[in-house]
Amino acid sequence: MTAQAKIQLVDVHKSFGSKSVLDGVTVDIAAGESFVVIGGSGTGKSVMLKCILGLMRPDQGSILVDGEETVGMAARDRERVLKKFGMLFQGAALFDSLSVWENVAFGLIQGLRMDRRKAHDKAIEKLYQVGLGADVAKLSPAELSGGMQKRVALARAIAAEPEIIFFDEPTTGLDPIMADVINDLIVKCVKELGATAVSITHDMHSARKISDRMAMLYHGKLIWVGRTADVDRSDSAYVDQFIHGRADGPIKMELRR
Amino acid sequence: MNFLAAVGRVFLGFLEHTGRLSVFTVVALSHCVRPPIYHRLIGRQMMEIGYFSLPVVGLTAIFTGMVLALQSHTGFARFSAEGAVATVVVLSVTRELGPVLAGLMVAGRIGAAMAAEIGTMQVTEQVDALVTLSTNPFKYLVAPRIIAGLLMLPCLVLVADIIGVFGGFLVGVYQLGYNPATYLHSSWEYLKPIDVISGLVKASVFGFVISLMGCYNGYHSRGGAQGVGQATTNAVVSASILILTSNYILTALFFNK
Ligand SMILES: Nc1ncnc2c1ncn2[C@@H]1O[C@H](COP(=O)(O)OP(=O)(O)OP(=O)(O)O)[C@@H](O)[C@H]1O
Ligand SMILES: [Mg+2]
Repeated sequence: MTAQAKIQLVDVHKSFGSKSVLDGVTVDIAAGESFVVIGGSGTGKSVMLKCILGLMRPDQGSILVDGEETVGMAARDRERVLKKFGMLFQGAALFDSLSVWENVAFGLIQGLRMDRRKAHDKAIEKLYQVGLGADVAKLSPAELSGGMQKRVALARAIAAEPEIIFFDEPTTGLDPIMADVINDLIVKCVKELGATAVSITHDMHSARKISDRMAMLYHGKLIWVGRTADVDRSDSAYVDQFIHGRADGPIKMELRR
Repeated sequence: MNFLAAVGRVFLGFLEHTGRLSVFTVVALSHCVRPPIYHRLIGRQMMEIGYFSLPVVGLTAIFTGMVLALQSHTGFARFSAEGAVATVVVLSVTRELGPVLAGLMVAGRIGAAMAAEIGTMQVTEQVDALVTLSTNPFKYLVAPRIIAGLLMLPCLVLVADIIGVFGGFLVGVYQLGYNPATYLHSSWEYLKPIDVISGLVKASVFGFVISLMGCYNGYHSRGGAQGVGQATTNAVVSASILILTSNYILTALFFNK
């Protein structure tokens, strides 16, 4: 056993009513690595991230962050653990009662108790990193396009420079050039800040670019976990079909039934 | 058998609801008294509840006072008791109509707005985003609204009392031809501090109920725009019913000797 895993999931189960979404997910994510989860729409990728964050409680199994069990944790401990995390939500989830810069600076002001002035400057800097100028800082989120909202949410997720960052479809809805800028930003967060990143994406180009390791979620289990370089030699018909985006293959057979 | 099962289900549903509401209330109250307290947010809610409700509550109060003077004058004329009009107006307004009507109007205005705002935040994952930014939603969203409701409703009702009595005075003097000095004198003569104080205590309870119902229903709304609409309706209806129920209980406590 080498260095301790940053995040460890052991046999995590989650179902909604009779519908089982996660059915025994087990994985170790090392500190400082960039991990990408791929998988079809509705297979439970977002649910998996929410379970790790404690926004949803798994029915069974255990989730360790820095070796500390987080399932069923007391509220106070949970708050402490959450300080390590930054999360980009799939739907951006910006606070529409606050302006763009207040959104980005939210974690700095509320969580880290930073001075408003300093937090403002930091927010402008983070907005610049995601390709947005100071002119949007005073707007309200409702005045931005979908892709711009996504980038503001990204700036918010990385503003406090957390140890662990979750990106739920960071490049969806962006043009190819901006998507690549975001890819570079994610790589930079991992390489320069030493953060641990877990990303969900449907964009295979992006997945290959940002990840050290990949996993594929299918029918509630991670059916393949391996290094990104090995993804083309996975020996899994499911993974092959997914990364090449082919309509026919084992996954479609399941759909037809 | 089916009938019994249905009754059982309704009963269990009721218990579940009551339990959830009790837990919500206790958690919300505990966050009202534990630091950190968000002064800016409390201030904003106080403006919203207190200041911006003034026109609605003022209009309700003045017409209530006017109609009360008119009705009691014509009614009491049947047994030549017109001299009691001023007393009836002042007692009815301070003890009952001021708090209850202001409470109901504010429930429609503020309770609905709270449920809609928090409900929208819940279904668009903004509440989850708060949690990941190390901010407790109870502290940030619920506690300021409850504190503002508790404090501002008595202020509103005090204003409503004055405007209501003034409305009665206007009708009494200018339409029914009472002597202004005599009218004012008989308004004061039988008014005791407890009449006003009981009204203000009621107002505080109603303010609490309105905020609690708005926040509770908003917080537990699920399933998009429809769920938020349902939460808004539930907030107004449940707040109104609780206002009328608690009004009876408080009246019995204050005046049933
Ligand atoms: N709060 C919830 N209540 C009930 N069911 C839910 C809830 N959240 C998610 N689900 C169900 O869980 C399944 C997985 O949802 P999830 O959002 O994790 O999918 P996903 O893998 O992120 O898909 P996508 O790539 O489209 O974002 C879905 O089938 C969804 O119906
Ligand atoms: Mg998703």
